Amino acid sequence: MPERVEPFVFYTETGLVVLTGRKASNLEELHGHLTQVSGSCIFYHTHYLYLVHHFEKPRFYNEFANWVSHALQEERLAERLAAIDLLAITSIRELREAIVAAIEKHLEGDKRVRRECPPGDEFHFCEAQSFVIPTGQVAHRLEEFFEAIPGVTNACLHFHFFEARLRLERPTNDFSNWLGSLGETALARRIDRLNPYEMTLDDLKQEIVKVGRRHRPK
Amino acid sequence: MAGAGVIEELQVLAARVAGRRMQHINSTPVGGGVAEILTRLIPLMRDLGVEATWDVIKGDQAFFSVTKAFHNALHGKPEEVTEDMFEIFRANTESNLREVPFTGDVIFIHDPQPAGLILRKKDIGKHWVWRCHIDVSAPQPDVWQFLRPYIEQYDAAIFSMPDFAQLLPVVQYRIAPSIDPLSDKNKPLEQSCIDGVLEKYHIDSGKPILTQVSRFDRFKDPLGVIAAYRMVKKRHRCQLVLAGGGAVDDPEGEGVLREVRDAADGDPDIHVLLMPPFSDLEINALVRASTVVLQKSVREGFGLTVSEALWKRKPVIGGAVGGIKLQVIDGQTGFLVHSPEGAAHRISQLLGDRRLRERLGENGYQLVRQNFLLTRHVKDYLLTVLALDHPRESVVYLS
Repeated sequence: MPERVEPFVFYTETGLVVLTGRKASNLEELHGHLTQVSGSCIFYHTHYLYLVHHFEKPRFYNEFANWVSHALQEERLAERLAAIDLLAITSIRELREAIVAAIEKHLEGDKRVRRECPPGDEFHFCEAQSFVIPTGQVAHRLEEFFEAIPGVTNACLHFHFFEARLRLERPTNDFSNWLGSLGETALARRIDRLNPYEMTLDDLKQEIVKVGRRHRPK
Repeated sequence: MAGAGVIEELQVLAARVAGRRMQHINSTPVGGGVAEILTRLIPLMRDLGVEATWDVIKGDQAFFSVTKAFHNALHGKPEEVTEDMFEIFRANTESNLREVPFTGDVIFIHDPQPAGLILRKKDIGKHWVWRCHIDVSAPQPDVWQFLRPYIEQYDAAIFSMPDFAQLLPVVQYRIAPSIDPLSDKNKPLEQSCIDGVLEKYHIDSGKPILTQVSRFDRFKDPLGVIAAYRMVKKRHRCQLVLAGGGAVDDPEGEGVLREVRDAADGDPDIHVLLMPPFSDLEINALVRASTVVLQKSVREGFGLTVSEALWKRKPVIGGAVGGIKLQVIDGQTGFLVHSPEGAAHRISQLLGDRRLRERLGENGYQLVRQNFLLTRHVKDYLLTVLALDHPRESVVYLS
């Protein structure tokens, strides 16, 4: 183990939803606002639904895709927006460009008269102001780290996987980052390969627990 | 009920807010959702070690008639508003500026009635937050333009849902209201207590009960509820309970109550109940005895009665307006409707399908537990205080 590796501090997050007052009632307006809103706004509308309990699995977790589908009935664009590979994207700037490019491509390729959303169904742009709080759990060693995982909350995972990588522009999720600094590169890679966008946060936690169980100490 | 983790998080946040006094100011000590929330929120804040106080502005009949007209106009109902009315508002604001003790470090002003108190900010500083509980998504322009210069002086504004946000030069937050599961209105009741209330009001416990609990206010569409009931009544054995109270700041209530009684037209299965203040236990019992709960509003700030019913695992049929849309997830916790006919259709479906009622009721309970309990509301206010210290930071580290 490399010397002087900082212990892993587990954080959780909570937050307020900030209202921008911006709203869109058609694709052109959606596109216009998307080029101007903050990165925090882009992050909020592409990640908020991962934290929320759903009675049925949502068709899309990307709220832009949801709105384009249900309010504008532009199904092809909705699918393209939902298909943006968030795991392959490393910054909010890149994510914004991908969303804007998908809308531009759709606007250029399909010149039909487009509908306005029904009154009351406008898209309202929000942002998240996140407050990051240490949970009190600190891992100095690998074993401590994996022992702590079953007790972490979804908000904790959301911070270390989603916020850390995209909003704080860290190269990978915080867990893999720390494991890598311990020299546990195989473990780091295994966790990095988990796709948090394809499973619930509860499932993600279980997968990390399994990675820990399968690990044989050196 | 909310979970140990939730309480721990509140304690952590409260510790960071400690030392700052939170003062809430509104226009009525009883009646309506705001007073109800503050009644429960202030003690919980104090339990967490936060110094929280609540003051109420004064106003005469003329002032509250003006602010009721403002309330309607902000909700988008056309109102004739005159310069005299603006003058009454200004004069009352001046009077309250002299009388209200401004003791908070962070002062939360609830709704338009006391909004003008912001004029004191230039003298005493402090952080000021305008907490708007009503639907201002399509306000009447003259009233909004009158209020806007006041609002723009606040440090932040809070709305119950994104649809209500405005393009304002102040930061705006979304904070939904909440219910207190331990209050008399929501706590579990013995069956004997429920039976006693039904007996008191001569309601037949053996016949399905449709209930709407709300102030007697046209925005709550009580006449539309009666119309829906009459359609359902042709094929289903049922009775209707319309229960509500009045509020000091709502002078229109008596007139609406008269209209409702006229519409009931002596039908013994329609129970129009004007409940005095502090009837929370009875309201609780009426909702628990209900088969279906309605909140068929045509305009709504939030409609906490929906969460109160969902908490009791009752399916809710709600007007597809305002905050009702956040609570009634169509087909999951109840049904959203746009007309008396729509309400009648859904009532009939629910009366005929016990399993559907149970599924929606269970989902509704879970929805409220996760989103609309007082603990979440307290957390949001604590975060608001912290956010005022970090106005432009999207990620704030609390060590």
